[in-house]
Amino acid sequence: MSQPVCLTTPLTKERMAALRAGDLVLLSGTVYTARDAAHRRIADSLDRGEEPPFPLAGSVIYYLGPTPPPPGRVIGSAGPTTSYRMDAYAPRLHELGLAASIGKGKRSQELRDCLRRCGGVYFGATGGAAALLSRHIISSELVAYPDLDTEAVRRLEFQDFPVIVLYDAHGGDAFAGLPKASA
Amino acid sequence: MRLVPADTVRQRVTELILAVSRELPPDVARALAAAHERERSPRGREILRQLRENAACAAAEGLPLCQDTGSAVFFVTHGEDVRLTGGTLRDTLTRATADAYRMGYLRNSMCHPLTRANTGDNTPIVLHLDLVPGDGLTVRFLPKGGGAENMSACAMFAPAKGREGVKNFVRRVVAEAGPNPCPPVIVGVGVGGTFDLAPSLAKEALLRPLGSPNPDADAALLEQELLAELNALGIGPGGLGGDCGCLAVHVRLHPCHIASLPVAVNIQCNSARHGEVSF
Repeated sequence: MSQPVCLTTPLTKERMAALRAGDLVLLSGTVYTARDAAHRRIADSLDRGEEPPFPLAGSVIYYLGPTPPPPGRVIGSAGPTTSYRMDAYAPRLHELGLAASIGKGKRSQELRDCLRRCGGVYFGATGGAAALLSRHIISSELVAYPDLDTEAVRRLEFQDFPVIVLYDAHGGDAFAGLPKASA
Repeated sequence: MRLVPADTVRQRVTELILAVSRELPPDVARALAAAHERERSPRGREILRQLRENAACAAAEGLPLCQDTGSAVFFVTHGEDVRLTGGTLRDTLTRATADAYRMGYLRNSMCHPLTRANTGDNTPIVLHLDLVPGDGLTVRFLPKGGGAENMSACAMFAPAKGREGVKNFVRRVVAEAGPNPCPPVIVGVGVGGTFDLAPSLAKEALLRPLGSPNPDADAALLEQELLAELNALGIGPGGLGGDCGCLAVHVRLHPCHIASLPVAVNIQCNSARHGEVSF
C-alpha cells in the first residue's frame, strides 16, 4: 500500500485533482457532519433560497451520526454511515462547491459523474471502526438542527483522520471490478 | 410456577445491552483474527487490523463498538412454567433498553417511519418470543445496525428454483450489497416457512456463535458451499477486495408450503454484536 497523503481542509481543486482512487489520506481540519435528515433540511433551505448552515465551498461533509459523548470526551463513537442514501442530495451540494464527502459503500452513477464534472472526491472511512476513528476528532460543535439530535449538523476538527479515496475526480473507482463474478 | 422479579430482569438485561454494545463477542473476535491471518490483500489486512484495534479501543475506553448501536432486537425463549412478577416481559425489556441506551451513551436510532421523528430512547424494541416447555427464561439480544439491515432481502420463489435458486439468490444479494453492509459480513439465511417466518429464521441464525456446527446436515453443507462462493466474489474486508468478505454463513431450514420456496437473507455487519442472559 502507498504511504498516506496528509491533507488539510478546505480542499482545493488542485489538491483533489492530485488524488487517485485507492490513495490513503490522513485528513485534518474542519469537517461538517450531515446525514439523511440534515441533508433533507439543507435541500429544503436551498429550495427556499436560503443559505446552507455552513459554507459549502471547499468543505467536506462526513456522513456521521455519532453516539453521545460520555463525560470528558468531545464525541462518542464516530464511524461512517452508508453513503448512497445521500445521493439524492449530494450532487446539488457539489454543484454549489462542496469538495468532498466521507462515508462508506457505493454511490450512484449520477454522483460519480458529478464528482468528475465538479472536480470533487469521495472518501471512505472504515465502517465498524467507530471507537478508533473518534480518537481523530479533537473537537465537536453543534452548528444547526439541534432537534435532530444525532442527525444534527456538527462542526468537527479532524486530526489525521484516516480515509481512502474511493472515487477520485477523474472517474477512478477503488471498487472497480468488485465483486469479481456476477452472481 | 417459577417466579422471577421483573426488576432483576430489567437490571441484568440493561447490563447485557451495555456489555454487548462495547465488547465484541469472543466468537466474532476469533473470526476476525482468523480472517486477518488468512487475508492476502494489503488493503483488506489493514481494514481487519483497524477492526481488531477498534474492538480493543472500545473495550478499553468504554465506547460503543459502532456509532450505530442498532435497533434493539430480542429473541426470548420463555418456559411455560416461569412468570415475571411486578412487570410484563415486553415492558421490562423496553425499560431495560431505554435505561441502557441512556446510561451507556448509546445512540437513539429509532424514529417514526414517515415523519422520521426520533422516539428519543431507542424503543420500541423488536421482540421474537418462543414459548417452550419448562421453567427456563433466556433473553438473547442483538443490536442490529441499519446499514447491513438495508442490504437484506427476501424472495418467494417457485419450488422449481430449487437449491441452486436459493444459492443464486444469496450470492446475488451479497454481491449487490458489496461494500455497503461493512464487510466482512455474516450472512443469515432462512429457507422455508412462510413470508414472515423466513426472515425471522435468517435473523435468528445470526445469533448462533461463529464456528459452532449446524446440527442440520443439509443446512451445514449449504453453509459450507455458500461461504466459499461468497468469499470467491472477492468483496473483501471493507469491500475493497480480498479473500475475506464473509466470516460465516448461517442457514436455518424450515418446512414450507408445497407451492412455496421462501428465501430470506439477513446480512450482519462486522460489528456482529450479540449476547444472552438466562434467569
